[in-house]
Amino acid sequence: MGREKTFVDNLKVFFAEVGDISYFTARFFRELFKPPFEFKELLHQCFNMGNRSLLLVGVTGFILGLVFTLQSRPTLMEFGAESWMPSMVSIAIVREIGPVIIALICAGRIGSGIGAELGSMRVTEQIDAMEVSGTNPFKFLVVTRIVATTLMLPLLIIIGDAIALLGSALVENLKGEVSYLLYFNEVFNAITYGDIIPATIKSFFFRICNRLDRLL
Amino acid sequence: MEFENNIAPVLELNNLYKSFGENHVLNGFNLKLYKGENLVVMGKSGSGKSVMIKCLVGLMQADRGSIKIKDHDITKLGQKELDILRTEIGFLFQGSALYDSMTVRENLEFPLRRHKKQLGLNDHTETLVLEALNNVGLAHAIDLMPAELSGGMQRRVALARALILKPKIILYDEPTTGLDPITAKEIIQLMRSIQDTYNTSSLIITHDVDCARVISNRMILLVDGINYAEGTYEELIVSNDPKVQAFFKN
Repeated sequence: MGREKTFVDNLKVFFAEVGDISYFTARFFRELFKPPFEFKELLHQCFNMGNRSLLLVGVTGFILGLVFTLQSRPTLMEFGAESWMPSMVSIAIVREIGPVIIALICAGRIGSGIGAELGSMRVTEQIDAMEVSGTNPFKFLVVTRIVATTLMLPLLIIIGDAIALLGSALVENLKGEVSYLLYFNEVFNAITYGDIIPATIKSFFFRICNRLDRLL
Repeated sequence: MEFENNIAPVLELNNLYKSFGENHVLNGFNLKLYKGENLVVMGKSGSGKSVMIKCLVGLMQADRGSIKIKDHDITKLGQKELDILRTEIGFLFQGSALYDSMTVRENLEFPLRRHKKQLGLNDHTETLVLEALNNVGLAHAIDLMPAELSGGMQRRVALARALILKPKIILYDEPTTGLDPITAKEIIQLMRSIQDTYNTSSLIITHDVDCARVISNRMILLVDGINYAEGTYEELIVSNDPKVQAFFKN
């Protein structure tokens, strides 16, 4: 009996959450296209989020490229396939690993920051003050942040991928005596716009989903 | 009473009910605020004073009852009309509620962004900000961040922000809470001088008896969600009712 009740309760909570997410998403898209638009705040948030995450994304990307190459190198050497290293690393990083890792890093870094900031604003009545002064807090605080992070993540991913490839090139240069020019020639032979564009578009959706989830 | 002989009230609550689950906070609360009047609502912590004032500006929805501000029933207004009506109301929040990521100047400019066109204040932003800050004696703090100000200064900046649109009604939610007695007195004096300068009607929520004594023209005691007693400070302090006396004993 108790088990059944717990299951029903959980089901209710689940559907309530689905309802909340749907309502929140619908409200986001409704407010997104309704004037007045908060361009100044959007630019401020873009700068804030892009700029503040740059160091973390750079360090993570560099370590990712470095470690990935270091760990893959012995295996490829066993098969005499170390010349495939630049293409393997670049395709793996640009297509999948880069977007996923950087999206996760940004989710933690930016998401927790936004959660703490908005929580503190709620407790100290700043959101109420905003509403009383005729500003829609959802539009000013939530929509701008979702749009800013959605726009900034693809840029951060491109920068992160580039730094990861630099880390990989450094290992290849030190261990395999491959010149940077040769390494990046191989990289650009291996990857095409068909690799970069879907990954960037994918990151766009990672970001919207992640933002909605964090802000709920 | 002197103000009741005037015209219709600028603000009127009729039979206001608000509950949170089984907790019935307001049980038919009534209130009338007249032009130029300082009305103090006193009550214990958790008695529903802040809930009442939040219902008044549409930050919370009352379960029942009507809220009229200048003959507009705010429970029936759309968001746009409500925003326009809010320009006539200044709100001083309990904890100042300054935007901590903005400077004092940006805090004061914030209410102007949405309404300056409508109020014809396009080219006067800087003048209005300086005027409001001068009124609270903090013009020198214009480029400071809220974190760089003391509690009293923050409260004064919040007051300047509440005044920036030159509202006709000012709502004070516990204006002296959390301040030392000297700063609290300064804030009370400031509230009086603002009332003289701007000829506003003020609704003051407090449990500070000194504040009520100095500033009130009339008082309402909010007990169990209703107006338990009403009158001037002098009338209420001589009341024999134990619940009324409990407010003034200490």
